Amino acid sequence: MDWNAFWSPIRLSLQVTLVASLLVTILGLAAAWRMSRRPFRGKSLLETAIMLPLVLPPTVVGFLLLILLGRKSGLGRAIEWLFGAPVVFTWWAAVIASVVMSFPLVYQTMKVGFASVDRDLEDAARASGASEWQVFRLITLPLTFRSLLSAYLLGFARSLGEFGATLMIAGNIPGKTQTIPTAIYVAVDAGNMTMAWAWAGAMIFISFLMLLLVGHRQS
Amino acid sequence: MADGMAGGESAETVELTVSAAASLTDALKDIRKVYESRHPDVRLVFNFGASGTLQRQIEQGAPVDLFISASARNVRDLVEKGLMDERRQIRLLTNELVVVVPADGHADAATLADLLKPEIKRVAIGIPESVPAGSYARDALANAGLWEALQPKTVQGKDVRQVLQYVESGNADAGFVYRTDALTSRRVRITFAVDRESCAPVEYLAGIVKDARHRKEAEAFLAFLQSEEALDLFVTYGYSVPK
Repeated sequence: MDWNAFWSPIRLSLQVTLVASLLVTILGLAAAWRMSRRPFRGKSLLETAIMLPLVLPPTVVGFLLLILLGRKSGLGRAIEWLFGAPVVFTWWAAVIASVVMSFPLVYQTMKVGFASVDRDLEDAARASGASEWQVFRLITLPLTFRSLLSAYLLGFARSLGEFGATLMIAGNIPGKTQTIPTAIYVAVDAGNMTMAWAWAGAMIFISFLMLLLVGHRQS
Repeated sequence: MADGMAGGESAETVELTVSAAASLTDALKDIRKVYESRHPDVRLVFNFGASGTLQRQIEQGAPVDLFISASARNVRDLVEKGLMDERRQIRLLTNELVVVVPADGHADAATLADLLKPEIKRVAIGIPESVPAGSYARDALANAGLWEALQPKTVQGKDVRQVLQYVESGNADAGFVYRTDALTSRRVRITFAVDRESCAPVEYLAGIVKDARHRKEAEAFLAFLQSEEALDLFVTYGYSVPK
């Protein structure tokens, strides 16, 4: 077995997943916090739009992202001008796909978390002269820590397994954008069952470790 | 499917499953129109994909009657494994490997070595292990001593049609496809054909799968594919007929 070929998608998957899970947790947290503050016009419409990637086929998300970020779109060209290289077919494209696909999970988890915080506690802090930021940092966030942790783990798991949208906008470049799910798909296609088994095993191992961690935290 | 036929004796429609190389998509859809109008009792079901993928599906027992591969290797492997009939396979067509660029782009290349130029940022190529067009391209690049150097900017498509789409959308600056794929799209331009000496000849082999459920109908369709009428149709798409 070619060990270098074996490790390269695993390293890349972990790199993409770590960055994507951190980004999506911050974004999901911010969005859920903003939305939990007060009702506004079109809130339920916006919320429905946010949840869409959860029910849409990943190929639809991938297709839309390709149109949005491709080299024929204004945004795609702006990114190319800014960074000197197109974003499509880079590992950042894989991060974007993962963030979009796992956003609804993180958002939903954080929304439930914020809803469970006793408003009286926050108001008590405000009455004692705390600023909104202090209320968030010292009262709300510690009380939603468990939700934050599960939101992060859900985002991590969804990112690690992301395949459809990733393949469409990050492509399949061995060593650069070939993640574990893509590598497994290609290996099966090429009849390379040894590698397919090895990566499937690695995937099961990482997922098992994650579940164990969650179970441990909860007990 | 055949339940609309009143008093049908044995007027049941036969569904003939044909696994065919992705590059044949357009030509075979035309062939189907002609063939089905003449054989109302046969319905052609095409399963298009990379020839390597299709080979793998047959190995795993997919219910396929006929296999048309863009590479002799896939058919040879299946014959060796006893999954395809040794005697019933034909060299149907030949094609040519070309390099395409977006029709409205500025990047140009006249030789394989030109692909290394910095203004060409991404080169699309089929996954060499499963896509014949990718494997032909790898051979040509390896023979020219360019494969290693080009590796960092290649993006690998799951079949030759995806490679074409990458170039059409401008997300790749160049790509390796067959002449016939390039001719189906107005959004790409052929810049050069890959030298015939630098890679194995691109040949399409057609054959009947051993476990075919509709052997008789498969034989009939295979015979039609070799008829002058069908071959003329293939030629209009840019294929050549082997001598």
